[in-house]
Amino acid sequence: MEMLHADGIRKTFGNLEVLRGVSLTANKGDVISLIGGSGSGKSTFLRCLNCLEHPTGGEIRVDGEAIAFKPDGHGNREPVSKAQMRRIRARLAMVFQSFNLWNHMTLLENVIEAPVHVLGVDRKQAVDEGLRLLERVGLYDKRDVYPAFLSGGQQQRGAIARALAVQPLAMLFDEPTSALDPELVGEVLRVIRELAEEGRTMILVTHEMSFARDVSNQVLFLHGGLVEEAGPPAEVFGNPKSERLARFLGSFH
Amino acid sequence: MIWSPAAGSIALLTTGGWGSAMLVGLARSLTIALGAFGLGLLIGIAGALGKLSGGAVTRQALDLYTTIVRSVPELVLILVVYFAGADLINGVLTALGQAKIDFNGAIAGIVVLGVVQGAYSTEVIRGAILSVPRGQIEAAQAYGMSSWLALRRITLPAMLPFALPGLSNLWLIAMKDTALLAVLGFGELTQVTRQAAGTTKAYFTFFFAAGCMYLLATMISNLLSRRLEARATRGTAHV
Ligand SMILES: Nc1ncnc2c1ncn2[C@@H]1O[C@H](COP(=O)(O)OP(=O)(O)OP(=O)(O)O)[C@@H](O)[C@H]1O
Ligand SMILES: [Mg+2]
Repeated sequence: MEMLHADGIRKTFGNLEVLRGVSLTANKGDVISLIGGSGSGKSTFLRCLNCLEHPTGGEIRVDGEAIAFKPDGHGNREPVSKAQMRRIRARLAMVFQSFNLWNHMTLLENVIEAPVHVLGVDRKQAVDEGLRLLERVGLYDKRDVYPAFLSGGQQQRGAIARALAVQPLAMLFDEPTSALDPELVGEVLRVIRELAEEGRTMILVTHEMSFARDVSNQVLFLHGGLVEEAGPPAEVFGNPKSERLARFLGSFH
Repeated sequence: MIWSPAAGSIALLTTGGWGSAMLVGLARSLTIALGAFGLGLLIGIAGALGKLSGGAVTRQALDLYTTIVRSVPELVLILVVYFAGADLINGVLTALGQAKIDFNGAIAGIVVLGVVQGAYSTEVIRGAILSVPRGQIEAAQAYGMSSWLALRRITLPAMLPFALPGLSNLWLIAMKDTALLAVLGFGELTQVTRQAAGTTKAYFTFFFAAGCMYLLATMISNLLSRRLEARATRGTAHV
């Protein structure tokens, strides 16, 4: 079942053409990794998927519903209906490189914020669910702690709980472990791996090649705003066809 | 005979009704200050948002407003806003066939001082909003919040720790600036004090008492704002 579909996504910033037609289809349970060098457009593509950036061209469909765009009068496009965009966004939970937990809220408050105030879930029900999710990422005892008092790994696990709380159709991860000290990477990857194994639909931008190889069923190698190579991880990692991908993978050894 | 002037002063304050008149004046000063501070806060939030995300015209108008208020002496501003504002509103009322309003009420004082406070609040809040990490607001958007919801739930509470020191300061200024309204006769503390002193010729006694009242109000304010700051910075690691 198709959850998320992006077709020919293009994005320009001024004169800079960052994405030149990137497509992707995520069916339910797919884990798709985006890899590629710095500046290849991975983050921009991910941010286009939930309209944090408005794509200059191309189509996005979430759970069968296309996001409608119109010209914004500055050479770009904007969503026709902000309400539609927000409704769709709320179900594409994003996990950021720098966590971006809300600093003025405790961990539990962070987790229930979107369910209560965006989705209109009953507060008590949201708290019960939030506590269950914090338990699951191993942070139940930190529920009343403010993010600034947590380690990076704990903050990122909390951010994952916040993402799970909106019962996302798909989860978008933008280098979730890049800002972490090496010894904290493992605890976060463990949580993401569990989510992959339980059949969550996920798009994952990462520089953790062996992890991408383990958890994904599809890998896209981006270069210069285009998908240079795509396929199952065994092929992309085991038998790269393009010279550039081979060199890129070589740089990790 | 050190005690006799002191005793005389206390007698002056407690008999003849001047002491209680000053307390009424103090209450009036505090009311006006509180109203002006609140109005300034509203103007400040709107002004900061206008400066940060308004169109070119909005931004220029707001720049003009904050520049003028910050460069013209407060007393002059208060007179200008008061008389120009009264003329403007009464002009409109006359045009609409309504009766003119007498502008000696607390409301006029609040509006006049509030307009001044608003300019400073705008700058304080603008700076505080800029101090909020961009990712906080981006996360709000990513989770489907509307601009209004993100403002109410994320931006404003997140900027509070950065704004509170400046805002506490503005509150103290609001309280002291009510004294400038004495020239317009709002019945606030300084004006009452002047009357009391002029009538009894006990200048030192009454102005000293008024000074003590302002000082006390400031000290209580400091206590409260420290508590508020502690509360707002709960989420900040003190390391
Ligand atoms: N808001 C923006 N305005 C202008 N240029 C931008 C903007 N966002 C991204 N870019 C440019 O787009 C290009 C792609 O950026 P992007 O962040 O998508 O790369 P990336 O693949 O995620 O790289 P990294 O691995 O370093 O995170 C870069 O050249 C970047 O400078
Ligand atoms: Mg990136």
